[in-house]
Amino acid sequence: MTALLQVKAVETYYGNIRALAGVDVEVQKGEIVCLIGANGAGKSTLMMTICGSPQARTGQILFEGRDITRMPTHEIARLRIAQSPEGRRIFPRMTVYENLQMGASLDNLKYFNEDVEKMFALFPRLKERQSQRGGTLSGGEQQMLSIARALMARPKLLLLDEPSLGLAPLIVKGIFEAIRKLNETEGLTVFLVEQNAFAALKLSHRAYVMVNGQVTMSGGGRELLANPEVRAAYLEGGRH
Amino acid sequence: MEYFVQQLVNGLTLGSIYGMIAIGYTMVYGIIGMINFAHGDIFMLGGFAALIVFLALTSLFAGVPVVIALLVMMIVAMIMASLWNWTIERVAYRPLRGSFRLAPLITAIGMSIALSNFIQVTQGPRNKPIPPMVSSVYNIAGITISLKQILIIVITAVLLSVFWYIVHRTPLGRAQRATEQDRKMAALLGIDVDRTISVTFIMGAALAAVAGTMYLMYYGVVVFTDGFIPGVKAFTAAVLGGIGSLPGAVLGGLLIGLIESLWSAYFTIDYKDVATFSILAIVLIFKPSGILGRPEVEKV
Repeated sequence: MTALLQVKAVETYYGNIRALAGVDVEVQKGEIVCLIGANGAGKSTLMMTICGSPQARTGQILFEGRDITRMPTHEIARLRIAQSPEGRRIFPRMTVYENLQMGASLDNLKYFNEDVEKMFALFPRLKERQSQRGGTLSGGEQQMLSIARALMARPKLLLLDEPSLGLAPLIVKGIFEAIRKLNETEGLTVFLVEQNAFAALKLSHRAYVMVNGQVTMSGGGRELLANPEVRAAYLEGGRH
Repeated sequence: MEYFVQQLVNGLTLGSIYGMIAIGYTMVYGIIGMINFAHGDIFMLGGFAALIVFLALTSLFAGVPVVIALLVMMIVAMIMASLWNWTIERVAYRPLRGSFRLAPLITAIGMSIALSNFIQVTQGPRNKPIPPMVSSVYNIAGITISLKQILIIVITAVLLSVFWYIVHRTPLGRAQRATEQDRKMAALLGIDVDRTISVTFIMGAALAAVAGTMYLMYYGVVVFTDGFIPGVKAFTAAVLGGIGSLPGAVLGGLLIGLIESLWSAYFTIDYKDVATFSILAIVLIFKPSGILGRPEVEKV
């Protein structure tokens, strides 16, 4: 069986600076896979490269066996790869409700009413704030909105860039629980980047460790959690 | 008093035309952060398209009803202006997107000159007059209102309502606002950003073309330099109202129309532009983002 997402020897540059130095990653359908690593290791760059912004300079990215390396970003999104990106990127002058509508624009709002109720059940806070402008939400609320907006696209692959960033521990627990539930009941495939490695590894089926634009280690989530090197790397901020 | 109200009506008419042009400036600025200096010439081109249609219609079908003539003029002008603006964006602005900020500004000025010279060469440098199309005049309580003025104000109001509806209530408008606020995120959600920007240029040009048709009908004359002064006035209107804001563009247009006609009525007409730009300067000193412009306060 071919993987849902295959990243093969991908290199990405910002100008002359190499941010990804030959990355290989695979995500199978129905998996939760997590990518951990220190600040500046290239985790977010990998997330954005999968979505074609920036495009990989060399290497190949396959989604459902199809080469998407040179596809424009909006066409990649139309293959149902949804991302909650770094910095959340909520539309600041649109209401919470409109932000969610934007998430559902692929289907032209066909399933909107049904899906928006699900999101409000998942994040009741968003329901309270639905007519407020995105830019006036707190960081945690924006994070919820960003995840909900990505889910509104009914993705085959959900990319989450630091879903726990800026959230209270209790809310982080809730979000991770929600991700697990969506994975178990709906078979949602998730690829996430996390600084909060402990919680992320516990949640994930498999995980990759990234250092300086390269994957240095991979394995089962709990396996890596038990690995002394990973524990040390995570605690020491990625320096071996 | 009657004289004052009379001037108000004149000012509103002129302001409607400025407002319709200003929308195109403000929308393009909102979505890609550049001033499309060729927009005034797109307005002039719309006027010329309407003129040509008028001449063709009256020579081919003598006695064609005025309503139909106006409608056809407007539609053809909208199509022509949209095509031009779309092409300009495609060949002159899109390749420069993402380069340094002055580059698209310079090409925009270049496009403006190219368009007005193109019209000068193909249509001649002289004023092109048409006979009055709509000449009914009403007298209401001592105020003279011509049917032309009513038409301009009503058409502006209707079009602006349609426009407001598109931008705020349709998926297309939502995509435009999303692209304006975060282009990269819009693409991540499956919005074709290039297409959305093209549509914005087309919508702006269509409104400018209607303004061009109205201008031709109101003054009965159009010339290849007509893109410049009304273009600059409309740009001023957009800045005065707060560039990037749709209601701001309309408000700015109406204000400038009113200032011009009231100044000309009570003081000397030679200084009407001085008055307009002085008020612009004063407003910008106290409110740098314009009357309805938003100061950027957002949580990050």
